[in-house]
Amino acid sequence: MSRPLLAIALACLLSSACSLPTGRSSIKAESERKAAPNFSLKDSGGKTVQLSDYRGKVVLLNFWATWCGPCKMEIPWFIDFERELKDQGFAVIGVSMDDEGWQAVRPFVSEEGINYRVLLANDSIGELYGGIDSLPTTFVIDREGRVAAVHIGLVSKSRYANDLKQLLENNPAHRAGTRNSGGPAVVAGRG
Amino acid sequence: MSLGEGKQHLELAQPPKAVVKRGASALVRLPVRLEDGYHVNSDTPEDEYLIPLRLRWEPGPLVAAKILYPQPHVETLGFSKKPMAVFSGEFEIVTRFEADPKAPAGPGILGGKLRYQACNGTTCFMPKTIDISLAYEIQ
Repeated sequence: MSRPLLAIALACLLSSACSLPTGRSSIKAESERKAAPNFSLKDSGGKTVQLSDYRGKVVLLNFWATWCGPCKMEIPWFIDFERELKDQGFAVIGVSMDDEGWQAVRPFVSEEGINYRVLLANDSIGELYGGIDSLPTTFVIDREGRVAAVHIGLVSKSRYANDLKQLLENNPAHRAGTRNSGGPAVVAGRG
Repeated sequence: MSLGEGKQHLELAQPPKAVVKRGASALVRLPVRLEDGYHVNSDTPEDEYLIPLRLRWEPGPLVAAKILYPQPHVETLGFSKKPMAVFSGEFEIVTRFEADPKAPAGPGILGGKLRYQACNGTTCFMPKTIDISLAYEIQ
């Protein structure tokens, strides 16, 4: 095997990139997806929210903190996705890892104009999701509640847009031929 | 909060023993080294949400009268719209200790803590606190 091909093969072994059905998406093949662990966390109003409440939707589960610069860069993208895609069975959930709790998070959410649901992490959610050591860490979850992609660190808006486009197109209604347009509108990624 | 342990990205060298005469003061330098490609916020970050680098010493016969941080680099990082005041590479934090005139003479150990929050160009890591032990002798 030539050196470039060997390098590509090695990269494939070390990442999920080789399971990609499309060029710029990070979405794993369905057979490789594992169930996203369910959790039960509170939102700013004290309401208990479970991941299982979102079954049937594509979910972008973003672990973030108010002190995390790269997280702050992504938030406007997620605001766009929530606004543009929520009617297509999509939701963003932000899980704040701030130790200071709502005292720090609530004003930040207001200042940034966050339009999606924000929850506060508890002691166990980080471990439940494999030990969240760095932020942002984002799980893209399919309609069946399985992890379809994981992004650690800042990635581009277009990467997310491509992931979401692929998952939203995989819609049971779409498969049954009840959709009559050329596919879901996905916010153009320029990041 | 139970989070992943992860790497520290920051190393402290053992500070030299502080020898201070009663009623006098002495400077103690704490050498800090950050992993290549990583930075921490300065002691006075521009953004109120950022976690500053903070050195604290426990109370004892040696009193930390002043903690002097170096001049930060002001950089516009890839993920930041405005310049940020950060520390990277190698630097020192200097503490001016004063010994009480009535402090008992002799050796001791003073505890301290360095709290920081490190990032690289795309990722930020959970805030961490490193325990420090400073050997001293009051004469």
